[in-house]
Amino acid sequence: MAKVWIDGETSIEVEHAEGIDIVHLTVDDKEIAVSAGKTILEAVERAPGIGNIPALCHHPAVKPYGACRICTVEVSEDGGNRFKFVAACLYPVKEGLIVKTQTEKIKKLRKGIIELLLARCPNVKRIQELAEEYGVEKPRFVLGDQDCILCGLCVRACQEIIGKSAISLVNRGIYKEVAAPFYAYELSGDCIGCGDCAFVCPTGAIKMGDDGHPILPKVKIPYAEIEAMMKKETVSS
Amino acid sequence: MVEQVKKLLEKRLESAEGLESLRQSILAKRDPQRICISVCGGTACRAAGAEGVVDAFLDEIERRELQVQVSLKETGCPGFCERGPLVVIEPKKILYQQVKPEDVEEIIDETIVAGRVVERLLYTDPATKQKITYESDVPFYKKQTQNILGTNRQIEPTNIEDYIAVGGYSALTKALDMTPQKIVEEVKKSGLRGRGGGGFPTGRKWQSCLDAKGDVKYVICNADEGDPGAFQDRAILEGNPHSVLEGMIIGAHAIGSHQGFIYVRNEYPLAVRHARIAIEQAMDYGLLGKNILGSGFDFSVTIIRGGGAFVCGESSALMASLEGKVGEPKAKYVHMAEKGLWERPSLLNNVKTWANVPLIINKGADWYAKIGTAGSKGTMIFSLVGNIVNTGLVEVPMGITLRQMIFDIGGGIPDGKKFKAVQTGGPSGGCIPEQLLDTPVDFDELTKLGSMMGSGGMIVMDEDTCMVDVARYFIEFLKGESCGKCTPCREGINRMSQILSNITQGKGKPEDLDTLQDLAEVLSAGALCALGQTAANPVLSTIRYFKDEYLAHINDKKCPAGVCRELVRFSIDPEKCEGCLRCIKECPTGAITGEKKQPHTINQDMCIRCGACYDVCKFKAVIKR
Repeated sequence: MAKVWIDGETSIEVEHAEGIDIVHLTVDDKEIAVSAGKTILEAVERAPGIGNIPALCHHPAVKPYGACRICTVEVSEDGGNRFKFVAACLYPVKEGLIVKTQTEKIKKLRKGIIELLLARCPNVKRIQELAEEYGVEKPRFVLGDQDCILCGLCVRACQEIIGKSAISLVNRGIYKEVAAPFYAYELSGDCIGCGDCAFVCPTGAIKMGDDGHPILPKVKIPYAEIEAMMKKETVSS
Repeated sequence: MVEQVKKLLEKRLESAEGLESLRQSILAKRDPQRICISVCGGTACRAAGAEGVVDAFLDEIERRELQVQVSLKETGCPGFCERGPLVVIEPKKILYQQVKPEDVEEIIDETIVAGRVVERLLYTDPATKQKITYESDVPFYKKQTQNILGTNRQIEPTNIEDYIAVGGYSALTKALDMTPQKIVEEVKKSGLRGRGGGGFPTGRKWQSCLDAKGDVKYVICNADEGDPGAFQDRAILEGNPHSVLEGMIIGAHAIGSHQGFIYVRNEYPLAVRHARIAIEQAMDYGLLGKNILGSGFDFSVTIIRGGGAFVCGESSALMASLEGKVGEPKAKYVHMAEKGLWERPSLLNNVKTWANVPLIINKGADWYAKIGTAGSKGTMIFSLVGNIVNTGLVEVPMGITLRQMIFDIGGGIPDGKKFKAVQTGGPSGGCIPEQLLDTPVDFDELTKLGSMMGSGGMIVMDEDTCMVDVARYFIEFLKGESCGKCTPCREGINRMSQILSNITQGKGKPEDLDTLQDLAEVLSAGALCALGQTAANPVLSTIRYFKDEYLAHINDKKCPAGVCRELVRFSIDPEKCEGCLRCIKECPTGAITGEKKQPHTINQDMCIRCGACYDVCKFKAVIKR
């Protein structure tokens, strides 16, 4: 018999049930049980009151992506001798795994990530709330004016749920942004106006327009500029 | 058509004995005493004009009808790129350096026909001022252990018979007789660690791929070498592609894979071409394809050219790119060896790692494990670049000190300048200062110093280098190469770059160092892949060893090395100035004024700090500070 917590207050005594692949893990000193194949984040979501893992780029309807990194936790696979940082939304649960979601290191890391996100998107409510929770006052960096945190939920929802891929992430690094494929001026006919992208967006960067189609965040390098740049390069070379 | 097929079938080897008798017949046809002119055909020598030299030799040999006595081959890169184009006259192995097409006639006249040495083309040892006749006596080579690069100079990369003649594919015949587990054991016992950057024990990777369930498994060669200043993978793939193929076939046999990929960057056209030729030839000889050497084992290799993203050298991003997706890394909580390319078990190794495999199988794990240090076995190939006398590739046993590498082999710093730091491990590595030069070079020691082995890049910097500027350069590079998927890497590196730019422009604040430290922690703990996790190393290591320079930039608004433009002032010492007007002519903005034979002055408001006056002044009258 083993004591297993089902939420922050309640625990039950359970026997290992034959034939069911159950994995036991300890989250912030409380042992919980979940079916194998889940991620840490999914396991913790099923045990209300245990652990605290914020997440921005995660949505149960789409595959985990691991981009925002705010769900980072410390885990130990060897009974607590060595801990490492992993993204809870991606890390698969294992028998005997020890998970810490609230250590000082974790708080400091999340604070750092939130500071970066707040500097990028100072006007986004969800980020402001997180900043307050983690004690980030004013970012030490020059403030941006973006609303999009590039979590990719809109793109993934459009691809994985709707099956349309009417929008995509283009470019890389700091130039990465959500745009219509090939930086087209407008969304193509592939967009069916379902509003899924606006619905999953954690920051409100995508809104539905009056014409029934989503309005994407303004792209930094519109296609017209790229065209002009290319023309210039061809002329000079 | 029938004739062609017949011809192909004749070439095809059906057994290990067939390969052995082919080797004997190749060797029997070759006279080791015959004069052979071997010209390095590596990219660096080609850039210096090796192709023109080859053409000149061919013309000259034809003109004098020397085809019978003399042969010519275009070999792989032996590493002495600084002195290219390199020509070695065999069998005596006389080394001529920096050969130009117009030298060819003299070489033929003197050396080939008359048997004399052309003194002026010999290498001069800068230390002793002695001319050195034979290749093996050159100090640059003498202190190396060229287990892998050594073969490059013996073979023509486009001729499989050359590789077979030096014992090529004999490791494969040995491996085909071994059980997969036995091969993996041998690799484990050798202590070989991944040469691409991570230093993960190769044998362990092979074991988990062998143990992984699945009937379809893949073997991948990572030739997406992207570190600035690193070119050793290129040298192997273009200089000895068959050694990589042989390693891959052995690996495939060990894990039970039938399909391999070479992911090579498209910026390496010669490597792509030579790898392609090697695959075709290996297919013709029955060393690749169906029923390899009659063993019943099938394996084929496809070349995939990279699209130019640095991050695609990271294994999960590389596999995404191979699948035709955007080259972005994924979390590797389940190893690629178990679930990699198309979710199948995939064995990915670096070019250098693959090239080591035939050596281990042929000479045995015990022989291999004798070379190197306790934790790092074998030799490592470094690319020695930057402010160094002998730029080139250096293959040394693990455990040699940085000092030996830079001063004994590399010949030290040019122009009598002082050494300042060496940057190891590419953009994710760190800068190591003079006082730590006696550190032995291996995976663990470099990590302890806050740097890393990486892929073996080694950038030497002299006293005129500004370490803040170096950190800024590498962060700028990584900013451009970050895929932008995860927050810490995309945002964090960008902010680091802003802070470093500010510091180099004299806009740094005392608290900037703490901010950089905080950002570094967020990156190393939070980033998704190794690019982000190690991105702060150049910053952290320069802060660790050269904090004074940061403080000088931030507090005194001075760049001690005189590199950061905004912090440099040029002025003219009236005592030394002879009034020659030279700097006035050179100044692009007309900031310098003065009469002939009278000391000149610089108008600071007009000066753009380009340093042109500093460079041209013969009297050292221009002061930079």
